[in-house]
Amino acid sequence: MELFIQQVINGLSLGGIYALIALGYTMVYGIIELINFAHGDVYTLGSFFSIAIIGLLDASGRLHGVPLLLVLAVALAGSMILCGIVGVLLERLAYRRLRNAPRLAPLITAIGASFILENIMQLWRGPSPIPFPSVVPNVTWHFGGVNLSSNEVLVVVMALFLMAVLQIFIYNTRLGKAMRATAQDRDAAQLMGININMTIALTFFIGSALAGVGGFVSGIYYGSTWFYNGFEAGLKAFTAAVLGGIGNVAGAMLGGFVIGMVESLTAGFISDQWATVAVFLLLVLVLIFRPSGLLGEVLPDKV
Amino acid sequence: MLHWKKYRPIDWALVAIAVFMPFLPLVDHNGGHINVLVNAGIYMMLAIGLNIVVGFAGLLDLGYAAFFAIGSYTYAMVASPQFGLHFSFWPMVLISAFVAAIFGVILGAPTLRLRGDYLAIVTLGFGEIVPQTFLNLAKYTGGPNGISAIDQPKLFGYHFGLNPLPYYYLVLVLIAFSLIVANNLRTSRLGRAWMAIREDEIAAAHMGINTTTAKLAAFSLGASFSGLSGVVNASLLTLVSPDQFKFNVSITVLSMLVLGGMGSLPGVVVGSALLSILNFFILPQASNLAATVGLHIDFTSYRFMLYGIILVAVMLFKPEGLWGSEQRRAELKESDITKAENAEYEEMPRETV
Amino acid sequence: MAFFALKNVTKSFGGLVAVKTVSYEVQPGQIAAMIGPNGAGKSTAFNLVTGLYVPTSGEIEFNGQSIGGKKPDFVCKLGIARTFQNIRLFAFMTAVENVMAGRHVRMGAMLWDSLLHTPKQRAEERHVREKAMELLRFVKLERHADDYAHNLPYGFQRRLEIARALASDPTLLLLDEPAAGMNPREKEDLMELIRAIRDRGTTVFLIEHDMGLVMNISERIAVLDHGEKIAEGTPAEIRADSRVIEAYLGKSA
Ligand SMILES: Nc1ncnc2c1ncn2[C@@H]1O[C@H](COP(=O)(O)OP(=O)(O)OP(=O)(O)O)[C@@H](O)[C@H]1O
Ligand SMILES: [Mg+2]
Repeated sequence: MELFIQQVINGLSLGGIYALIALGYTMVYGIIELINFAHGDVYTLGSFFSIAIIGLLDASGRLHGVPLLLVLAVALAGSMILCGIVGVLLERLAYRRLRNAPRLAPLITAIGASFILENIMQLWRGPSPIPFPSVVPNVTWHFGGVNLSSNEVLVVVMALFLMAVLQIFIYNTRLGKAMRATAQDRDAAQLMGININMTIALTFFIGSALAGVGGFVSGIYYGSTWFYNGFEAGLKAFTAAVLGGIGNVAGAMLGGFVIGMVESLTAGFISDQWATVAVFLLLVLVLIFRPSGLLGEVLPDKV
Repeated sequence: MLHWKKYRPIDWALVAIAVFMPFLPLVDHNGGHINVLVNAGIYMMLAIGLNIVVGFAGLLDLGYAAFFAIGSYTYAMVASPQFGLHFSFWPMVLISAFVAAIFGVILGAPTLRLRGDYLAIVTLGFGEIVPQTFLNLAKYTGGPNGISAIDQPKLFGYHFGLNPLPYYYLVLVLIAFSLIVANNLRTSRLGRAWMAIREDEIAAAHMGINTTTAKLAAFSLGASFSGLSGVVNASLLTLVSPDQFKFNVSITVLSMLVLGGMGSLPGVVVGSALLSILNFFILPQASNLAATVGLHIDFTSYRFMLYGIILVAVMLFKPEGLWGSEQRRAELKESDITKAENAEYEEMPRETV
Repeated sequence: MAFFALKNVTKSFGGLVAVKTVSYEVQPGQIAAMIGPNGAGKSTAFNLVTGLYVPTSGEIEFNGQSIGGKKPDFVCKLGIARTFQNIRLFAFMTAVENVMAGRHVRMGAMLWDSLLHTPKQRAEERHVREKAMELLRFVKLERHADDYAHNLPYGFQRRLEIARALASDPTLLLLDEPAAGMNPREKEDLMELIRAIRDRGTTVFLIEHDMGLVMNISERIAVLDHGEKIAEGTPAEIRADSRVIEAYLGKSA
């Protein structure tokens, strides 16, 4: 029982990270029906940017003078903005030209972009794991045999908070409405005077910024990262997005937590080695048997 | 039907190189070079196989290395000390191809009704699951160390041994065979069905084409080529291990196709040859060169940067690849001309079908 | 048993009932038509026949077999071929390849034959190419055999689609607005072509908005409005039917 509770806690925090990444997949797919394969690498970039920013503040000796919270806020904001910019550039350079091409064409460029980003990170920081500065004190509480750390709480709270903000943004602001309109019918949205390119760019910016948050918190949570981190995390997060019903923000969150649970429970009760297999198996099963996801509507085929 | 005028000088150059290949070892006695060519040849076979799936049938298979793994392990398990079995190489070439084809059907059957992009991700998922499973089932597969001391082929009492030359000729023959078979497929009832599905699946179904069966055929035929390459690979290296079959392999082969031109057989040959030259000659040479001037960069570890750039640049600027057909170009671009022509029609009441 | 019949066929998309308990029978050797205002459910009816949609209820009969809900390739094999309202040619295949693809279901080459190009396969390919050329001549497109479908003008594309459909030797041919986008001259040719098809022994069932054409060539007409069949009869009867006039005038009024 203790093991179970412990794995659920682990699963929730893992899931929080997947959920933050999944939001970007779901938003981009919702609006241009593209699996932004490079999104996982934008998430890794988020960790890299956070590490660089904290390092920068630390190296100049300012870390000791400045309140820790401010440093973290700067790192987080910096990571979000930089990731957002990377996302917008990706869209502009690799995807926009192919908006009317067959669906597989931009998917192939997305895979290419993913490899480019990974190698840039490898060039930047080398192929070995990079430690995340342990600037955040991690407090662990013990409840019987179960441990709960402040980092785990941080991940989950962050994910839930951002999802709530995103929900409010999408449903209650003009820009959010423009995004939804574009997702539903691009031509009609254009006729209504919505700037399609701007709206799509904005979607990429927000999605990538959320991946930036993911990179930041995962850095704190895991304590390290490496250039290839985004490949697997990205695939799992994509699974989460599909599981929740692609295009659905709350679904991405739910999917993220489910995937996190599946992974940690498999690791806890079967074995570590099979955890990844279990997640990919889930990916395959969901895509085959319920491609509309848990919260997605089952729409009749548009022919 | 041959239209001689259609051939450009560069086409003839390609033919000349192909004709020269069997005589190359007479000129170049460097065993290292021959070895590299054998590796390049194995990739070329993989590319010819993946082209059936991606190029002919239009199904983006991102887990193609899984079948390469299945072919390699099939041979490794029955021709090594692992289980003390020593099956002969030649029948195993066919059997492994067959086993891979069966797995193509098993993995393909549930996935093929998915939309193109979902199919790509599912195959990627399978591509991750298969080597991971080989890794985990250590009892049978040797786990992370894999299976070693795999038997090498014997032909009329002649042992292939460690000399790359017989492998060179084996691979040449297999490539020639693969190209002929692939070209036969392309210009047949099945090939036409694939083309029709790629262009308009609904219309294809209304021509009586069973789209599921046709796609499954592409998937498992493609897989069988991969299985065949796997056997050669396993016997050449005398070692298989799970890390030989990562996502990287699938992407390398895909990049070859994209570079040369998806769906075009000369394109596949050119694309895989070019990438292999880059991989096995240019990048290592560049690293050596850099080292002589005191720069210690291992360019080979950045080859995936190049693959990434190839995938992006080719899809953006020359989607038909270096050696693709005009037809394919139009198809991948959904040209503006077609749209303008359609405009007239779009004025009319629009509805679903 | 009827040659071809819709029996109380209904199709609803969510709340929208696109086809409402429609019954209609086509006799072999006929040229039959279905007319009705935009959105009446005509194309949906065709899609139900060829298996693109599954009927919500009702039966579709063909040659004594119930085909409602069967897959398109199966329906094609039984002998029903069609064209589409929004031309769906294989745009980047040549005209002759399009027609050859249309022959798929009547070909016998197995995987083995395709792999090895057996003599049987070669002979069949030759024969199918000849047959395709013959059909191109039939629709007067022989000069465009090697042109890509998407490079042909609309009128030609419509005719090519007909040739492709005929390649499967259908006994029933469904034409969805074959005259759309054609000029009067091309419409004349089309009427001739449709009659020639019928004279070859293929029953024709068409959807068309061009009243002149429909009234001229059809032997029997069904009228659909809001998914319901509101009238059926000979052209003369349809012209005189008050409900039909109302359905059309009611729309424009
Ligand atoms: N796949 C679908 N999903 C939802 N609604 C559909 C679908 N197909 C058709 N409809 C609806 O069913 C109704 C009938 O459409 P249908 O295409 O059959 O009309 P039609 O008689 O062919 O009209 P037209 O003359 O304009 O071609 C329309 O309201 C249409 O929007
Ligand atoms: Mg219609």
